[in-house]
Amino acid sequence: MSNPRQRKQQMSVLDRLQRYLPQLVVAPPFLLLVFFVYGFIAWTGIISLTDSRMLPSFDIQGFQQYARLFAMDRWDVAFHNLLIFGSLYVLFALMIGCLLAVLLDQHIRAEGALRTIYLYPMAISFIVTGTAWKWILNPSLGIESYMQKLGWESFQFDWIVNRDMAIYVVVIAAVWQASGFVMALFLSALRTVDEDIIRAAHLDGASTTRIYIGIILPSLRPVFLSAFVILAHLSIKSFDLVVALTNGGPGYSSTLPANFMYEMAFRRNQIGLGAASAMMMLATVAAIIVPYLYSELRAKHHG
Amino acid sequence: MAEPKTLPGANGKRYLLGRVFIWSLLLIAAVLYLGPIYVVLSTSLKDLAEIRAGALLDLPHEMNFAPWREAWSQACIGVRCDGLQPYFMNSVIMSVPSVVISTLIGALSGYALSLFHFRGANIIFALMLFGCFIPFQIVILPMAQTLGYLGIANSITGLIVVHTIYGISFTTLFFRNYYVSVPQELVRAATMDGAGFFRIFWHIMLPLALPIIVVSVIWQFTQVWNEFLFGASFTSGGSQPVTVALNNLINSTTSVKQYNVDMAAALIAAAPTLVVYIIAGRFFVRGLTAGAVKG
Repeated sequence: MSNPRQRKQQMSVLDRLQRYLPQLVVAPPFLLLVFFVYGFIAWTGIISLTDSRMLPSFDIQGFQQYARLFAMDRWDVAFHNLLIFGSLYVLFALMIGCLLAVLLDQHIRAEGALRTIYLYPMAISFIVTGTAWKWILNPSLGIESYMQKLGWESFQFDWIVNRDMAIYVVVIAAVWQASGFVMALFLSALRTVDEDIIRAAHLDGASTTRIYIGIILPSLRPVFLSAFVILAHLSIKSFDLVVALTNGGPGYSSTLPANFMYEMAFRRNQIGLGAASAMMMLATVAAIIVPYLYSELRAKHHG
Repeated sequence: MAEPKTLPGANGKRYLLGRVFIWSLLLIAAVLYLGPIYVVLSTSLKDLAEIRAGALLDLPHEMNFAPWREAWSQACIGVRCDGLQPYFMNSVIMSVPSVVISTLIGALSGYALSLFHFRGANIIFALMLFGCFIPFQIVILPMAQTLGYLGIANSITGLIVVHTIYGISFTTLFFRNYYVSVPQELVRAATMDGAGFFRIFWHIMLPLALPIIVVSVIWQFTQVWNEFLFGASFTSGGSQPVTVALNNLINSTTSVKQYNVDMAAALIAAAPTLVVYIIAGRFFVRGLTAGAVKG
């Protein structure tokens, strides 16, 4: 019935729909993201400027919650702990992971089995990791008393109940969990290193150690950067490990900002203060992630 | 790398010494990684008297499975005394739909995103990428309100919604990064033949994407199963996931500490993701490293 011209027009509408279909398909999940990530960030940001306590109020007061936050010893301890925990965790996980990867790269016959052993902690939850280490490190029945019973009577390892040392226990458990992941990252990068360069260096008489330090490891700079960024942002998000391992104690000596936020928001009815601390966490993560993403995406675009 | 034996300085005493050094470091590391799981497993099989004797690193005198039975079905968590079992089931009920739905959405929107060539596509991509990195503390307060508003506060349904929403960024990027590496000729040829968006997706792209589907499922499952913050913030009592219940059991101070039951409970809570890791470790590693080579 329809003449050719009408049919052509119908086609073009379908065509156009077809052309915009990818956008239409991405739109719903993208809107979810905009609402549940960026909308919620805005919501938390606004609440952090109010005096909300048990219930959120939208009566903007200014930056008083941040002023309260910075005046609190509890926040001070949490942020200081983050600096200690974050730097040691990133440093040791990088060093151990990198070392294991280089060792595994030396034609080890049992490589598959060893890799599986080094990486399995990454598959279990922080709560389980915390539970295990809490048991091992408890002074009365754990490794301390075991060593003493073996005859090493002066052996002491009571960090987990020691105010000044508890945060280092968190470092130990976290490095145990994450170093295998760094190993996996480096190992897959090592497998892409050009063999001809290494062979040429060998023929020039360079030792294996020198080849690694002088040629191979410097060429892995991008992997160092990725691993650094991932570990650093994980350290800022760390929450469950502290809960299971020390529950922030003794006192609040081993709390991290994430634990502070939870405590204020859900236990003490200080929603405004909790929101302010969450914004501080976001700012810290953003300070690491945004420059990284920016340079990565730019490099992709121009390279 | 070249075969070590063909290299200068790679033979004789020095080579042997080097091998011994490498192997001893690797084995020490293996012992340190396996140590905690060995201690947890052996403690879970000991009876309390043996544990109080303080022989942490010793093997149990005899296999005693009573702590496992107690952890699974009798231990008291909060006011209920039927063990970890109901919470374990909560985690199963929570994980399966979260994993399936977020992977399906990710597969489709990741494909669509891989076709984007217009200006601003990069911004959408960057916004999604950043969404993978945010500390979830920033969303829990408004999310608690929203769940209450939707009438699904303190429910497994609420947790399914939360995990699905925050999983989409990851799954979309997994699939998007996979699809951009698929040769464009395939898509072009199919378009020439008159196949539309959904036909190409369904008949060409999805079958090709099998490995990344496995990666996405394993990643999401591990994340959702092991998650603690959402579970602790949005649920209480009977609707808690297994990680929260485990933490409550470990940190309960009401009765005599039964370390063997605690350790058995920890292993029960860890078992599903450990099994997945052992069966499909290769894909697990790919999921982890995909996070590092985004873009």
